Amino acid sequence: MISANLLAVFYLISGVLFILALRGLSSPETSRQGNLFGIIGMALAIGVTIISVGNFSTGFLYLLVLLLIGGSIGTYIAFKIPMTAMPELVAGFHSLVGLAAVFVAISAFLNPEVFNLGIPGNIKIASLIEMSLGAAIGAITFTGSIIAFLKLRGIMSGSPITFFGQHYVNLLLGIILISLIFYLCKTQVDTWFWTIIIISFLLGILLIIPIGGADMPVVISMLNSYSGWAAAGIGFTLENTALIITGALVGSSGAILSYIMCKGMNRSFFNVILGGWGATDQSSTDKSKEQKPVKSGNSDDAAFLMKNASSVIIVPGYGMAVAQAQHALREMVDALKKNGVKVSYAIHPVAGRMPGHMNVLLAEANVPYDEVFELEEINNDFANCDVAYVIGANDVTNPVAKTDPQSPIYGMPILDVEKSKSVLFVKRSLSPGYAGIDNDLFYRDNTLMLFADAKKMTEDIIKSL
Amino acid sequence: MEIDPFIFRFSIFILSIFIGYYVVWSVTPSLHTPLMSVTNAISSVIIVGAIIAALAGEVGNIFDTANIFGFLAIILAAVNIFGGFLVTQRMLAMYKKKKKDKK
Repeated sequence: MISANLLAVFYLISGVLFILALRGLSSPETSRQGNLFGIIGMALAIGVTIISVGNFSTGFLYLLVLLLIGGSIGTYIAFKIPMTAMPELVAGFHSLVGLAAVFVAISAFLNPEVFNLGIPGNIKIASLIEMSLGAAIGAITFTGSIIAFLKLRGIMSGSPITFFGQHYVNLLLGIILISLIFYLCKTQVDTWFWTIIIISFLLGILLIIPIGGADMPVVISMLNSYSGWAAAGIGFTLENTALIITGALVGSSGAILSYIMCKGMNRSFFNVILGGWGATDQSSTDKSKEQKPVKSGNSDDAAFLMKNASSVIIVPGYGMAVAQAQHALREMVDALKKNGVKVSYAIHPVAGRMPGHMNVLLAEANVPYDEVFELEEINNDFANCDVAYVIGANDVTNPVAKTDPQSPIYGMPILDVEKSKSVLFVKRSLSPGYAGIDNDLFYRDNTLMLFADAKKMTEDIIKSL
Repeated sequence: MEIDPFIFRFSIFILSIFIGYYVVWSVTPSLHTPLMSVTNAISSVIIVGAIIAALAGEVGNIFDTANIFGFLAIILAAVNIFGGFLVTQRMLAMYKKKKKDKK
């Protein structure tokens, strides 16, 4: 057994270690050390908690067994998962945090003495509010993340599911939720507590189904944020500093990422979570699509263009992830470099299905991170570049975002691909991207369309080089 | 007059939000995916609540409903802790700098 004060000091230390873990991510060099701090912080928190409970009987054995079971499942997943599946994995992990928060809240509600919160039927009001908030946010995170997981995994269609009066239903559920928490505090009747959890599960589903596949970067960041707030809520209930600090860190981290993603699309947060994008506004662009001439080429043309260029900028997008083309891409770039071509990569903030998705894939393919640039860093270079190789990206290069105020993506910052001398566009067809908007770039004189699977085309280009 | 301990915890909470705000803005965009997986791993520190919930109560009577929910939460959080930190480790190991002296 250790004293409550000493315990609190240890929790504070692990909270600080978690801050250092995030701090380490400011650069790739310090990031590995940061992760180590995180692991130490976690081990410390678990260690002192076990000592503080001091129940080294049968229960302790079960604890070890369960840690081992959960730990081996986690380890297995961590080593088996392909890097392209990272968005699904993160969504899946969020759902587990959410559910764990719900379970801990239930446990605290059923057996409040353990946490010094009062006795069943007479739990401290503040604790009741905290645990029901923790449980509600946890439950929303759980079902919301499951829907996000299913959409990312492709089990569920990525297109938004909307119905009449959707937002009012959600609003109503939200109001019911708040009144239930109020009644729970007043009456302490456990039926209300269970109802809160059930309604939150439902609300989680309803909140995420109207959001389309291309908005998944925002959704994942948002759920990341929710899982933090849920942890903080539980942290207040259990009066645990480590949980409060961590919850606040994760909550604000997710919120900032959501903000960055929304800004990358020039959309407000509410616009995204209210959803339904991609289902409207097609009419303005449908006309005159058929008549426009398109220049298409093959791998030899592309190889010729790039070999004779002095600088090439690669613009990867979600299509690269789907086709698993990152390794082939790296090989192509290696071949170009042998020919003396200067190659860099340009990454749009919302490329892919989660923040930093493209960076991870390129890192997996051994692309040095100092050849990879963010939008602001590289956008001026397109004007001086000979060839832009767009692989699996579409909406983030669409010049219509600058020219057509009618367009749903108007105002979104784009990569100025159109300014480069020639553009190679690897795409399977002329179909519009997720936003459902035709891309002007396809019909430009300096654009050469390469109709093929991203990986196959890149491999063919390597052969032609 | 004494200050409610809740106020202290609330102060920690608010200050941590600010720390989180500044720390996360300094994270380089190329590491946003590892940021998500590591925040996910550390938010599983909720396991401390699960451990207390699971092991509490009379010795030999650890199969109360409350305890069972604690045990379930331990499994979920453990998956997340190991999975989250290890997958972050795996990702971070891939970020390499350009070799200085290559032909």
